[in-house]
Amino acid sequence: MSKYLLDKFLYTIDRDPELVERYRSDPRGTVSWWEAERANIVLNIPEMERSTWLTFTDAEREALATHDYVRLFELGCHNFLLLTLFIALFERDYDEPLAFQREFGARLSHWSVPYPDIST
Amino acid sequence: MATIAAVIASTHHPFYYRASTSTGADRPPFADEWVAKIERFRETLTKAEPDVLVMVGSDHFHQLWLDNMPQFLIGKAPCYDGNFYNEEREFGLPRMFLRGHEELSAYLLRAGIDSGFDLAFSNELRIDHSITCPLITLRPQADLPIVPIYTNIFAPPLPQPWRFVELGKTIRRLVEAWPSDQRVAIIGTGHLSLELGGPRQFGPHGPDPEFDRKAVEWISSADLDGALAEVSLDSLWLPGNATHGFMDFMLMMGVAGASVQADYVDSLDLFHTMEAYFTWYPKGKSR
Repeated sequence: MSKYLLDKFLYTIDRDPELVERYRSDPRGTVSWWEAERANIVLNIPEMERSTWLTFTDAEREALATHDYVRLFELGCHNFLLLTLFIALFERDYDEPLAFQREFGARLSHWSVPYPDIST
Repeated sequence: MATIAAVIASTHHPFYYRASTSTGADRPPFADEWVAKIERFRETLTKAEPDVLVMVGSDHFHQLWLDNMPQFLIGKAPCYDGNFYNEEREFGLPRMFLRGHEELSAYLLRAGIDSGFDLAFSNELRIDHSITCPLITLRPQADLPIVPIYTNIFAPPLPQPWRFVELGKTIRRLVEAWPSDQRVAIIGTGHLSLELGGPRQFGPHGPDPEFDRKAVEWISSADLDGALAEVSLDSLWLPGNATHGFMDFMLMMGVAGASVQADYVDSLDLFHTMEAYFTWYPKGKSR
């Protein structure tokens, strides 16, 4: 389990408008590129001082590559990061205000507390 | 010594700005009532005639990140930019600019550390909607210097609820002892029951109206014993998966003082969440 890295992916995509569009249009390619080029960059220090050990599990990589937010919730992604990025990705495809947010909730309706642990 | 001109606790709903400024078909049906309530709430700060605002909120993974996460942090900078790209994108929030009050920041850091809180600090802090939303509702002219205080209600492991209360009591004591003739308003925002990124999100009411009813009671009477008896880090998952923001209300109850009835209480039952507004005047209602 690499919940921290899942959260880092959501966080770094969400804060960059170009990456939001790239992840929307090419999720698998964006995940592959990000894991190879960005996953090990420590955000507050120079890129050459990158980490050496951060990788996704196969299940995590596949959930990101398929925009599977139900599975990402179940893998313990931080709920706020997950919701915020997926609103940016898909809210525009719905006519009614908050329709995507309500569908997001409905697709998780088989869950009750306790939810998956988001601790990193 | 400084005067605490007002203690204010509020929810911070990022949709208020867009709802209150929209017109015609875009204006939601609840906007007029919401604006009227906010304008009455704003008056409680205006009449306190503050010189400086201590603003308690929580960064929502904007500047603070999991590689280096502080529990309690005070900004100490001459200026603060406000709001982020993803808050413009999702909520339509404007970019903002606030002056800081470095003298009060420095004092609270030194005295807070000496009081047993090993506070983190930031000399370059961009504030997010937990602080800009109460500025938009309570002081939209954004003309007063601020001291931002961030708490971690977001990234486990979190401090215990009693620790938020103790920090609130400490902030109250330290501001009252600040050698200054300034009038300080202490404003903090949090949540009642709230679900984000889970199955109970965006319902017709907050996810747990019974919790909200009890929470408004606890806050309006600063019933710290009642709140601390029922609230724990584990229990706060039950009303909604983002309800740990209630601990910022508990901090503000600590600022207000145990069992001190709020001078102003209002609430608004919206879709998705209950809004709630509280003001205390520690020195009475007028100068």
